[in-house]
Amino acid sequence: MQTRVRKITILLSGLLLLSAVVSLSGADSRAYVIRDAKVYTMGAAGVLERASVVIIDGKIAEVGVRVRTPSGARVIQGRGLEVYPGMINAMSSIGLTEVGSVDVTVDTTEMGDFKPQLRALEAVNWDSEHFPVARVNGVTASISAPSGGVIAGQAALLHLAGWTSEEMAVLKSAGMVINFPSLGGGGGRGGGGGAAPGGRGRPFAEIRREHDRRVKELAEWLEKARHYAKAVQANPSTPRDRELEALVPLVRGEMLGLMRADTARDIRNAVEFAKKENLKVAIVGGRDAVEAAGVLQKENVPVILGSVYSLPSRRDDAYDSRYAVPARLAEAGVRFALTSPSPSDTRNLPFEAGMSVAYGLSREAALKAITIRPAEILGVADRLGSIEQGKVADLVVTDGDLLEIRTQVKNVFIAGKNIPLESKHTRLYERYMSRP
Amino acid sequence: MHNLKNVALKRICCALFLAVSACAVRGIAEPSQSGGVTVIKDATVLTVSRGNIAKGSILIRDGKIAEVGPNVAVPAGATVIDAAGKFVMPGIVDPHNHIASDGGTNEGTVAVSSMVSIEETIDPTDINIYRILAGGVTTVHTMHGSANPVGGMNAVIKLRWGKDARGLLFEGAKPTLKFALGENVKRARTPARYPSTRMGTMDVIRDAFIRARGYMREWDDYRKRTAAGDKTALMPRKDRELESIAEVLRGERLAFVHGYRADEMLMAMRLAEEFGFRIRSFEHCLEGYKIANEIAAHGVFPSMLSDWWAYKVEAYEATPYTTALLTRKGATVMVHSDGAEEARHLNQEAAKAIKYGGLNEQEALALVTLNPAKALMIDHRVGSIEPGKDADLVVWSHHPLSIYAVPQTVFVDGQIYFDIEKDLEMRRQMEEERKALEAREQKSAGTPAERRRPPASAASPTNVPRHND
Repeated sequence: MQTRVRKITILLSGLLLLSAVVSLSGADSRAYVIRDAKVYTMGAAGVLERASVVIIDGKIAEVGVRVRTPSGARVIQGRGLEVYPGMINAMSSIGLTEVGSVDVTVDTTEMGDFKPQLRALEAVNWDSEHFPVARVNGVTASISAPSGGVIAGQAALLHLAGWTSEEMAVLKSAGMVINFPSLGGGGGRGGGGGAAPGGRGRPFAEIRREHDRRVKELAEWLEKARHYAKAVQANPSTPRDRELEALVPLVRGEMLGLMRADTARDIRNAVEFAKKENLKVAIVGGRDAVEAAGVLQKENVPVILGSVYSLPSRRDDAYDSRYAVPARLAEAGVRFALTSPSPSDTRNLPFEAGMSVAYGLSREAALKAITIRPAEILGVADRLGSIEQGKVADLVVTDGDLLEIRTQVKNVFIAGKNIPLESKHTRLYERYMSRP
Repeated sequence: MHNLKNVALKRICCALFLAVSACAVRGIAEPSQSGGVTVIKDATVLTVSRGNIAKGSILIRDGKIAEVGPNVAVPAGATVIDAAGKFVMPGIVDPHNHIASDGGTNEGTVAVSSMVSIEETIDPTDINIYRILAGGVTTVHTMHGSANPVGGMNAVIKLRWGKDARGLLFEGAKPTLKFALGENVKRARTPARYPSTRMGTMDVIRDAFIRARGYMREWDDYRKRTAAGDKTALMPRKDRELESIAEVLRGERLAFVHGYRADEMLMAMRLAEEFGFRIRSFEHCLEGYKIANEIAAHGVFPSMLSDWWAYKVEAYEATPYTTALLTRKGATVMVHSDGAEEARHLNQEAAKAIKYGGLNEQEALALVTLNPAKALMIDHRVGSIEPGKDADLVVWSHHPLSIYAVPQTVFVDGQIYFDIEKDLEMRRQMEEERKALEAREQKSAGTPAERRRPPASAASPTNVPRHND
């Protein structure tokens, strides 16, 4: 009797596993049609009323008012629903951090100040509970970035679903995280000021000296990498140097520099540094970017903004100064992406955009700042960020305005897979709702 | 009408200026404008307790709501605020924050710190008072921290920005005492401090109540003897530590207990029952959904963080559905901020209980208005729009449960303490003043303007969780 029960259990769990494989496997070739929905393409086609989206083999096969339905395709009735590109969170440490206060679950910060060879992807815990929680609200891709020292290492761009981190990787190396040495007043680490211990109350001249030394060191690393690249080109048997090797794509302008800087002065210094060193960069954080908008616009350097849900940093700043940063940057012609940088808050990315609209940003610009803009800044706009033929089928289907809190997410597609809208949170809710 | 509004603003501005000057001279703020009559006209009125009025008006007299309804007559001489197309809701009551506490949130050196009081150290100049006001909050329960099993006494304040410390206190609010369970209490400290386990935490709390009961007996005995004419009775020593705990036992002070895990909260309820009192509120209450039946039976008002989770182990089982779940299981639930930033959008945090678990609009709004007012026993004064209640009101640009809603005007006791146009005007004035000062200094010294910019008060790292409680 017992063995029979066990056999049935095994059979059942096997079936369950099988269905899970079908719904999540990388080889899901199922075709879907979302019919008669309002489609925010975020591309040249703009907003399409009563349009359909066809998904085949993980890609968007067709978008339009009249589409061809492939035979055997699953149809999602989209009347009254809205379809948006899956949201992209351009800064986070998701997958590297599980429980913030427990060191052993946090893999963001390595020892040492210059660690360009470190790769976030190699430490991503793909079973992190943060992934399902984030994706069921329509965030389909996120940066996962290290954060320590001056050169922290390489960030990865991840799809928020997959069996392994390799399957999840959109870009194994999406950028080099550089905490640009700060002159204080908050912002990047490594400059001796701001958040660094003992930074307050130190003479400015001392902070400046340390800052200059750090910037010089950083420049020297880049210079060494250029020499290394030349040496390897001239002589392929040059002994391998992991650190310099990792910096080569950066100095060649092939890899994005994710330069963390928050004060206006630090932002200006970082932009000047990048120009001098011929790097392709985005400013990360950008707390006081409005004050440095001139140089950002002129040098066409985009900003990956920290959370707008922040208090003003100075007592005499306007109460809404942080909420209004996106609107101000848009007015100044600075390109930017909005983020929800804390992994556990990833699901709140649409609300970062909504809050920006409440304080002056246009709704269209806000939607772009969580879809096509981050895709452009991260160099994946050919694949992600809009609903256009040939792009990866990352989509979110809602019953209303994506940026409104009350809106319910109806479907999430990641690389064409129809993701179950389940997370640790829905499971606990269902379990305890059913307690008599 | 606009003109009238501006006149009113100017008057209030003058009054505030006078109040602040008076404050500087005598240390006491003058009550101002208490006799004014104002009508907020033609708004969608969200009363919270009695449904919505599509095109309603509110008559404010002597700082109180005098009348609410679709047909309110405008008395002669009243200031009229045209709120057509806008939404009015009761001022938000934040049941758990730490603003205006002069940074002294935790007296963490002792395990039982029930002798200290936030009320005695209110900082009325904390700029966060104004920032939160601009988010539609009018009443705040500003609390002692969670470092000790028995924490300090808290304060209920109204955000009468510009008044002195005494002027902020919510007159006649029921006193409260903070308790705490779990990680924040047992965390390793230098020097080491008992307790360092959840067992020890329960032991310290139980011991405190046993001592307080003994202390009460001493006093009861003394009073009985003196009442009987016994001249030999010696007056017991006043004990500040046990006094506030004794008040909890006598039902004169409400117990607000910081708790995350279901097991520790369940044990705390049993301990309270052992001593014959009821826990008023669990603060954060992240695993409250696991003991919903017990919470409802005990009569706790759970005080929730809307959707925070995973910032520590005891927050790893949190879900954003808890607010709705506990409401459905019969508890009166509130949503709190625990910080100056979160407090600025409690309307949005309330909306999350619609998204996660499907509360209706009125239930969601009550989470940050009427329910916290009930928990703090100030619902006869605030928390809903009803005649006789304090005119603590917020005029919003959109429905307050929309992400696009921005507070336009905020009233406390019928007076405008925040107005978005006035704020913009003050910004312009400040900018002019800054420019003038910089120009003057440039003439004399010629240093770059940037160097004179004061540094930010604190760095705000963007890649770490914003949660730290």
